[in-house]
Amino acid sequence: MSQLVLDRLKTRFGAAILETHSAHGDETAVVTPESWRAVCQFLRDDPAMSFEMLTDLCGVDFPDRLPRMEVVAHLYSISRRHRVRLKTRVGDAELSPETVELDSVSAIWKTADWLERETFDMSGVVFREHPDLRRILMYPEFVGHPLRKDYPAQKAQPLVEYRTEEEAGLPLEKLAPFGPDEGMSFGRRTYTRSEEN
Amino acid sequence: MAKSQVTLEGSEAGFATTRLDALLNWARKYSLFQYPFVTACCGMEFMSVAGPRFDVSRFGAEAPRFSPRQADLIWVVGTISQRQAPALRRIYEQMMNPKYVLAFGTCASCGGFYDNYTTVPGIDKIIPCDVYVPGCPPRPEGVLDGLLLLQDKIARGDRTPGVVKPREDPLKDLVPLGKKKPQKETAS
Repeated sequence: MSQLVLDRLKTRFGAAILETHSAHGDETAVVTPESWRAVCQFLRDDPAMSFEMLTDLCGVDFPDRLPRMEVVAHLYSISRRHRVRLKTRVGDAELSPETVELDSVSAIWKTADWLERETFDMSGVVFREHPDLRRILMYPEFVGHPLRKDYPAQKAQPLVEYRTEEEAGLPLEKLAPFGPDEGMSFGRRTYTRSEEN
Repeated sequence: MAKSQVTLEGSEAGFATTRLDALLNWARKYSLFQYPFVTACCGMEFMSVAGPRFDVSRFGAEAPRFSPRQADLIWVVGTISQRQAPALRRIYEQMMNPKYVLAFGTCASCGGFYDNYTTVPGIDKIIPCDVYVPGCPPRPEGVLDGLLLLQDKIARGDRTPGVVKPREDPLKDLVPLGKKKPQKETAS
């Protein structure tokens, strides 16, 4: 069923579809960032496609790849009951803001408004022509984008200054069953690009 | 006059003596007005504690007040994110003295497994805390133990933090890998 979607995309957009693959019934198309909005518009409006619903949109950081940031959108067609996963890749090695830019699709699906805000908040993807691009999960004072692999996961930016141990009059480290490494299953590594190591 | 009337020993004079602070503490410990600062899943256990089965009102703490001005015990129930921290701090500051804080559950006590950039690693980083109730979520019995511990501390005028101990040591039968389980000693 959905192979039809990939075939139609390839005939319609040609070289703008960088690669496609299909595994266990999940169809994926990787498109160029320039064609991102056109592909989305086509997938929603074409009667054979009719992807009315944007299920999810997020960013994935691959520190060893170039372009480094991958933006993933999951689409579902309520009327035709098929799905497709759409990916695009942006960003240079340092993820400087002017390179991590992508066209907003919030005019196509209203859901994209908040999903793009989340992607901006967590991964720092800047969506062009987004109506209100500001943080949605973290607070405005937060510096950086926590789901980038070079953000240290344990680095908190408290809004309220922590009490000092002198002020509290007792040690404030973690309670007995919780050690300093407790909590995160993937440990304390902070990822950097390989050639810098 | 017949001696049928019940009289207390030493109360013939019609009064009893005590210390003022002991009387005040006695009054405080049985009239805790609580402010439930409920943020997460521990709230379910809080409802259970406040409901008729476990019935926190048996201990004189049944009146929730949703204004910090009227409360003297704040239950911090659930995870406190960095974004919520200013609100918690302000509500604590708005409460009248004497005020007490109870950390309900592992997240409020030390952040639990949310050990990352989003979560305050224990409310004691922001406000002083009197009683910690561990558990994810704590059983209602554990919460009642915490409340009794707090009442005990109020009666003694003791403001050092206390942790509710498990009623039974969960690790007591745990044998390290590669070691034989010790034989039960015969009664001597």
